[in-house]
Parts: sequence; C-alpha cells; structure tokens
Amino acid sequence: MKKIIAFIIIILSASILSGCGKTTGTVSTDGSTSMEKVIGALGEAFEQANTGITFTYNPTGSSSGITAVLDGRCDIGLSSRKLKDEEKAKGLTETILALDGIAIIVNTSNTISDLTLEIIAKIYTGEITNWNSVGGSDSTIVLIGREAGSGTRDGFESITNTKDKCNYRQELTSTGDVITTVSQNPNAIGYASLASIKDSVKALKIGGVTPSEQTVKDGSYVIQRPFVLVTKTDVKLSNTAQKFFDYITSSEVSEIISKAGAVPIR
Amino acid sequence: MKKRKLIESIIHGIFLILGLVTVGCVLLITIYLVVSGLPAIKEIGLFNFLFGKEWASTAENPKYGILPFILTSVYGTCGAILLGVPIGFFTAIYIAKVASKKIKTLVSGAVNLLAGIPSVVYGLVGMLVLVPGIRKLFNIPDGSGLLSAIIVLAVMILPSIIKVSLTALEAVPKEYEDGSLALGATATETYFHISVPAAKSGIAASIVLGVGRAIGEAMAVMMVSGNAPNMPSLFESVRFLTTAVASEMSYSNGLQRQALFSIALVLFLFIMLINTILNLFLKKNKETTK
Repeated sequence: MKKIIAFIIIILSASILSGCGKTTGTVSTDGSTSMEKVIGALGEAFEQANTGITFTYNPTGSSSGITAVLDGRCDIGLSSRKLKDEEKAKGLTETILALDGIAIIVNTSNTISDLTLEIIAKIYTGEITNWNSVGGSDSTIVLIGREAGSGTRDGFESITNTKDKCNYRQELTSTGDVITTVSQNPNAIGYASLASIKDSVKALKIGGVTPSEQTVKDGSYVIQRPFVLVTKTDVKLSNTAQKFFDYITSSEVSEIISKAGAVPIR
Repeated sequence: MKKRKLIESIIHGIFLILGLVTVGCVLLITIYLVVSGLPAIKEIGLFNFLFGKEWASTAENPKYGILPFILTSVYGTCGAILLGVPIGFFTAIYIAKVASKKIKTLVSGAVNLLAGIPSVVYGLVGMLVLVPGIRKLFNIPDGSGLLSAIIVLAVMILPSIIKVSLTALEAVPKEYEDGSLALGATATETYFHISVPAAKSGIAASIVLGVGRAIGEAMAVMMVSGNAPNMPSLFESVRFLTTAVASEMSYSNGLQRQALFSIALVLFLFIMLINTILNLFLKKNKETTK
C-alpha cells in the first residue's frame, strides 16, 4: 500500500516537473473572431514552411485580443477595428494586415438586391420598418445583429453611423449564427464578414456596388474595415513571433489572404 | 496492527482532502463572485442595477439595468414549469404505476437519453426547427423569443422532474396502495388519492430541481431567445440572466465586465435560494418516509 502511494507521488511530481520545461517556437495570437479564416490560413502556411513552430489562435474578439496583448498573454493581438486613441496611448501599435468588407445579407427569397448606406442606416435605427417602403414585399423587417463588443458590430455601426441607435430584434454571438438565422427567415436582414458569406444568403449591393474583393480594395464598396495586427510599441517580439509577423506582412502571402476571403493590401 | 492503523489514517486523510477540495471550490467561487460582483453594484447603485429597465453596456452613456434580465429569467422559468411539470408529472405516474414492464423500460430509457443530450443540441434544434415553426404558426416576423425559450426549457427540465418524481412514487409502500384497492377504490383513484399524496414532497422537490435547471441554463436559450435586452413579452426577443453574462463576457472590459460579474452574483443568489428550498423539501421528504 505504501509503495503504491509512494509510486503515485513520484509520478505526480515527475509530471509536474516536466510541465516546467521551456516552450520554444510558438506564436500565439488572440482576438477577432472575424479574422479566424485569414489568420488560420496564414498560421497553417507558416507552420508548414517552418516545421517545429506551433501557431495558436484564440478566437475571443477584438477587444479581448487587444487586452491580451497588453497583459502579455499573447504575442500578436488581432483586431477587426482600428485601435482607439486611448489604446494607442497604452503603448500599442497597429499594423494593417488586410481589408474586410462587411456584407449586408438578406434571405435568398427577398426581392431587394440594392440599397444605399443611408437606407440601411434608417432600417437599422428603426426609421424604416417594412420591406415595402424600400420596394419589397409587405412584411416587417427583422433586424439581426451581433452582441455588444463584437468587432463586426462595431465596424458596421461606425461605418453606417448608427452607433448605439440600432434596434436589434436579435443579437447573436457569432457570424455563423447570423448567417443561419438570416437564411431561415425571409424577413431578416443582417451583417457579416464578406469572407464568411455563403450561398445560403444574398449579399446586397450598396449604392449599386457589389461587395467583392475588387470593390473593397478600390474603396468603392463602402462598408469595409481593416484587419489589424496589434503589438506592443516598446517591447520586442520573440524571434519566432517576429518571423511570423514579417511573414504575414510580406507580399508573398497575399494569395493566401484573398483565398481566405479578405482583401490583401500589399 | 500499528501499520494498519497508519494506513487507515492516511486513507482518512486522503478522503478529507478530497472532501475539502469540493468545499474549497464552492468557497472559492462564492468569494470570487462576491468580490468581483460588488464593485460594479457599488458604482452603478443597487437600485439602479436591480431595477433599471435599460441595458446598454457599450453605449456612449452606458446603462446597466438588469430588471429585464431578472424578469425574463423568472417568466421563462415559470413558463417552463407550467409546461413541463404537468407533462413530467403524468409521465412519472405512467412509468411508475400504469406502464407494462416493456413500455416502462422503453420510456425510462428515452427519459435517460433526453437527460444526456447536450444543451447546445437542444439549442440547435430549437434554432432550426422551433423558431421558424413559431414564426409560421403565429405569423409573426421572427420566431425567436420568450416563447421559444420556454418550450426548449420545458423539454430540458422534463428528465429531472420525471426521474425525481418517479423515485418518490416508487418509494411509496405497496401496503398503502393495496389497502386502498382492498377498500374498493379503482386503480386511478388509488394513484391520485394515495400514491401522489404519499410522494408529494418528492414531487415538490422535483419541481424545485426543474426550476434550478431552467434558471441556470444558458447555451440553449441563447440560441433561441433572440438576445435583445427587452422587457419580457411572449413573442419579443429577450435576454436571460445567464445569457446576459455569456453573450457579452468574451468582448467585455472595464465596468461592463464588472457588471457582468454582478449579474452572475444575482444569478448565484437566485440559485442559492432555490437550493435552500430544495433542501427543505428533501429534509421534509426524509421525515415523512421515516
């Protein structure tokens, strides 16, 4: 009996000690859920090119990612909005990785295919409540949005200038939920990252401009936002993290970025 | 002999430590919730926090009133109990007294399976089947809301109600029922006049357990309730205490995050209250069966 207990204690202490080993060759990223596809593809490509390096991504949201960098819990923070001035004042630097269009999506059975930014703002603030006032069928518009704090919501509300004025019927916690809900309800309108739009919903033209990589890049599609890499201004990245940072901000990855649905800027 | 005694005391020590781990977890959670939940309440003001009708945590002038969440949780739970208890109660009577052995195995197997389904699956089915169904049935623009949440919760609390009621009904001594039957009462009369009254505190405990399960559920209701912080109404998009914490926690910071902890504290107090009531019932149950 005693022997067994001693044996257990030895194993336990051995496993605790082995956990103290230094972890080398990891890059940790943390932040925007909208950037999942892009950063995932980049991380995968980086891991393939550099065997032995582990890449991690923690999808928590832009604000959490920024906080994580500040707290030193990750190497690179991911934000799908530009840094606020007060965040820059805390010693953070932003580097734009790519651009992302926010698509306005409706159910595929909806006859509307083109709206202007002003009308979308009016719809979301509750000034227009029926599809027939914009030329659609006689049915109440159901507004689908994201939860408070979401990067996509922040992006959409700041671009359409509807901050804190949106009259959401549903506040969902992920892009996938928004797309599913809109695809289920013929009266719904929602917004989601252009990169994640599927055929199950219809993306509206804005002022006659179809959302696409081309129109986001040349700026004619107006509902767009930057994907930002957040780092500490006065703290050097680890060698591995710096290598990753240089890699994803080089022009050779632009194909990976556009394959993942975002618009490369280099 | 001495060696055996030593081993005995070592084993006792291990058990004591394991027991203390559980107690320690509860204490840690309680202390953590109180410590992190109180500052926001202090800053917002207890009255404004509990009875404020508006929640706009990321607005320019943030408002932190959780009355809509409290009422939604209370209404949602009451609704789920109103729907779930009759179904669960009669199912328990059926399984305990009426059903043949074959059917009994089948139905209790199904109930056990229902208990094992993860809540996210309830939510997903609710989102894809129930929400569009309610929209079409009542001809409203959107089906997600309090009613959908109540229906999902009612199904989710069924297993706990059925199982606990069943145990109580099966514990009723057979002599009671035999006596009633011998006096000429029909089988149904016996179930409702003898078995149910004899098992009543167990059945009451099952209801309280159901309340606890319903009020603490987050994932499933988050997917069907719409999540807008409105005052509760049957077809309106609503947010529960649990979903208020879960939906905003990942992106929150500053006072918003502290306020979410305060909501968790309120929820914790609710559940403590329910647990206390449950314990009272169980204690009573023990005394009556003695």
